[in-house]
Amino acid sequence: MHAPDGFINAPVSAVVGVAAAGAIAVSLRGARRELEGASRPGAAGSGGERTAPLAGLVAAFIFAVQMLNFPVAAGTSGHLLGGALAAILVGPFTGVLCVSVVLLMQAVLFADGGLTALGVNVTTMAITTTVVAYALFRGLVKVLPRTRRSVTAASFVAALVSVPASAVVFTLLYAVGGTTDVSIGKVATAMVGVHVLIGIGEAVITALTVGAVVAVRPDLVHGARGLTRKLKLRVNGELVDAPDAAEPEPVPAARSPRTVWITGLVTSLVLAGFVSFYASASPDGLEKVAGDHGIDEKAEEHAIAGSPLADYGVEDVDDDRLSGGLAGVIGVGVTVVAGTGVFWVVRRRRAEDTADAASPTRTGV
Amino acid sequence: MTPSLEVSGLAFAYPDGHQALFGVDFSLARGERVALLGPNGAGKTTLVLHLNGILTGGTGTVTVAGLPVGKKHMAEIRRRVGIVFQDPDDQLFMPTVREDVAFGPAAAGLKGPELEERVDRALGRVGMAEFKDRPPHHLSFGQRRRVAVATVLAMEPEILVLDEPSSNLDPASRRELADILRSLDVTVLMVTHDLPYALELCPRSLVLSDGVIAADGATAELLADDTLMRAHRLELPYGFDPRSVPAAPGRS
Amino acid sequence: MGTGHAHKLYRHGHSPVHALPPHTKIAAGLAFVVVVVSTPREAMWAFAVYAGLLALVAHTARVPAGFLLKRLLIEVPFVAFAVLLPFVAEGERIDVLGLSLSVNGLWGAWNVLAKGTLGVAASVLLASTTELRELLLGLQRLRLPPLLVQIASFMVRYGDVITDELRRMRIARESRGFEARGVRHWGVLAKSAGALFIRSYERGERVHLAMVSRGYAGSMPVIDEVTASRAQWSYASLLPGAALAVCLLGWIR
Repeated sequence: MHAPDGFINAPVSAVVGVAAAGAIAVSLRGARRELEGASRPGAAGSGGERTAPLAGLVAAFIFAVQMLNFPVAAGTSGHLLGGALAAILVGPFTGVLCVSVVLLMQAVLFADGGLTALGVNVTTMAITTTVVAYALFRGLVKVLPRTRRSVTAASFVAALVSVPASAVVFTLLYAVGGTTDVSIGKVATAMVGVHVLIGIGEAVITALTVGAVVAVRPDLVHGARGLTRKLKLRVNGELVDAPDAAEPEPVPAARSPRTVWITGLVTSLVLAGFVSFYASASPDGLEKVAGDHGIDEKAEEHAIAGSPLADYGVEDVDDDRLSGGLAGVIGVGVTVVAGTGVFWVVRRRRAEDTADAASPTRTGV
Repeated sequence: MTPSLEVSGLAFAYPDGHQALFGVDFSLARGERVALLGPNGAGKTTLVLHLNGILTGGTGTVTVAGLPVGKKHMAEIRRRVGIVFQDPDDQLFMPTVREDVAFGPAAAGLKGPELEERVDRALGRVGMAEFKDRPPHHLSFGQRRRVAVATVLAMEPEILVLDEPSSNLDPASRRELADILRSLDVTVLMVTHDLPYALELCPRSLVLSDGVIAADGATAELLADDTLMRAHRLELPYGFDPRSVPAAPGRS
Repeated sequence: MGTGHAHKLYRHGHSPVHALPPHTKIAAGLAFVVVVVSTPREAMWAFAVYAGLLALVAHTARVPAGFLLKRLLIEVPFVAFAVLLPFVAEGERIDVLGLSLSVNGLWGAWNVLAKGTLGVAASVLLASTTELRELLLGLQRLRLPPLLVQIASFMVRYGDVITDELRRMRIARESRGFEARGVRHWGVLAKSAGALFIRSYERGERVHLAMVSRGYAGSMPVIDEVTASRAQWSYASLLPGAALAVCLLGWIR
């Protein structure tokens, strides 16, 4: 999904870039609190100073794990995108930071994703995936019985939804600032459809990975804190129990109704997208996509994105109507989600600002 | 003369109640090289983390050159106690060797030519001066371990604490590191399982077992005491007889 | 994404471009791309001039054309997308070789291809003339939040270490006769990923200990500060400056 330069026009890129910078600034503050959570017993000093090494190592992990190939069938393989995984393992703020840093370095070091498109890429791939995945994950973990299996199941759903959600946001950005006049219905159908497929792969891998971590070090799964009775910490190779002191809840209880609400909205939205996709594009087209391209590592969504689009192009008018309706649904839904997200972030930030107004942290980018 | 390091009555329990240290007492004179021996789980790491105040909150005191370890003097304590961790990759976290060595002194406020001079001197002492601008991950393991020692030397510590310095080194690197350690004029506390290395470098040894100092004496004598060795799960390598090796020369 | 990330684009050299302070190069590169993106797509000649400007920079930096072109391959997925645009876009259509194509789609395809390619080329030039370390210093100098720069430095420092661990885990798996061939093997691979996360996180904790032991209290000491003279800034601004002039001409005509 690494959008290149020129895909989204300059004014929209700039606005999105500023928004992304704001979200990163908020995350920089939030991450300090998140990483403070697993503080060492009796350790002198905690909080902010742990952020850089831990988030840096997690970013390096995300970077490395994107190279782990998951074979799908003969010759094709997929890999993790990592937004949902990062959010669940280290929390949404740290997740946003880690994935954003990975994207930044990919753009600067490997020319992967345009410099002016960085804001767009961060918004779709770092912010949307982590926020959606985390909100969904927390909501589900609260509702489901408190077991390890629930954590795995919640990770599955969170990752499954996060990928098409990111496609939806991209479509929205394209609708506002796209440089070519393609009907938004077509873009939405193609993007969401294909990303549901990718999302399934992402979901399976994320759930298995989170399951593997929960089995060994449940304390390291940020989103599952509070599920374990006693935390273990490793002090230079020795397993040591952490104090029973209450962990700061990453999402305060007061906010949970909203979390559940977002969860429901996003789920229905994506379900709608999924169903409509099946209704509009012929199943043959979908199979052809899977057959021709698989979840190919390199081509990924870009190459695949073309196929159903082309497939769609020869469909008749009925589908146009359908896809128009779909675009409407998605557009409204995304606006609500984005609005809520902004509100949530702003509120959080305001609370933060009053809490430590004296903090000299730089928030600009 | 005040001792470099004085530990007295140090006891520590982790918050869950697991107690790792049960009253540790010892003191190191300035310039001494001492090995800290002990089986796995004896509390060696816990003890080391107390020396620069990373772990606190138990009873007893740790004093570094007269300065008690505590919140009040933490920055100074961390400058005086240089810990070289087991994995050099953990220790070398900056993009280049030079910046890594400069990290400690710079954090203490040094800058400009003074900082450069400090870096050069520290790297010179471990024979790594020409690797100054290399990224650490391009170095061999032995070289990384030497740079790790330099990062700590750059802070001009009162006492150098090494955690398993000889682990993973090939014989040549192991010997080079021994030469370097011998050439230093700081107090050295070396936590190790490598008993021949302890004998080679440290005239004196401490045996930490079950959270207390079980023995304190000349390395050669301790290693030759079969009963003591067996009681604390310490074993010499096959064919190694401490009686047949000249003991480490003390410093004059 | 893919194996390409393992390679570094940097090419060692002593050209005037290499010698520029990193933040001036980053700023110039970004400004150039912004100008390119803002250029009206109908001004086709402008894009040719941009390409010429980049070629000039590449020549000054002694970056071989082959190297630059090979790196442009990263764009291929978007070329596929661009090729589709004329078929699916709305609006007035024309017939080319019996195919009904959208005029708007053709312009769109050209737009994405031209701007995307120039963007990648500019990024490649930046990456191939600026060392990793310098890029980080440059970003720091450009007032990126220090914490973000720190995270990026740690990522850069430990990216190789962790990729190496991943490789060792794969060798260990393969040495025991395991080869991932299909979806049913995902469990094993995911366990590797999980183990890798735990190792990374614990390494982060150890690194933190090592940092604290050397007096770290939340902010990195400033060891290197890159500075740029006025002359260097004006030299670096030649590229975006020329591009801006071209862009303005493009809007006027």
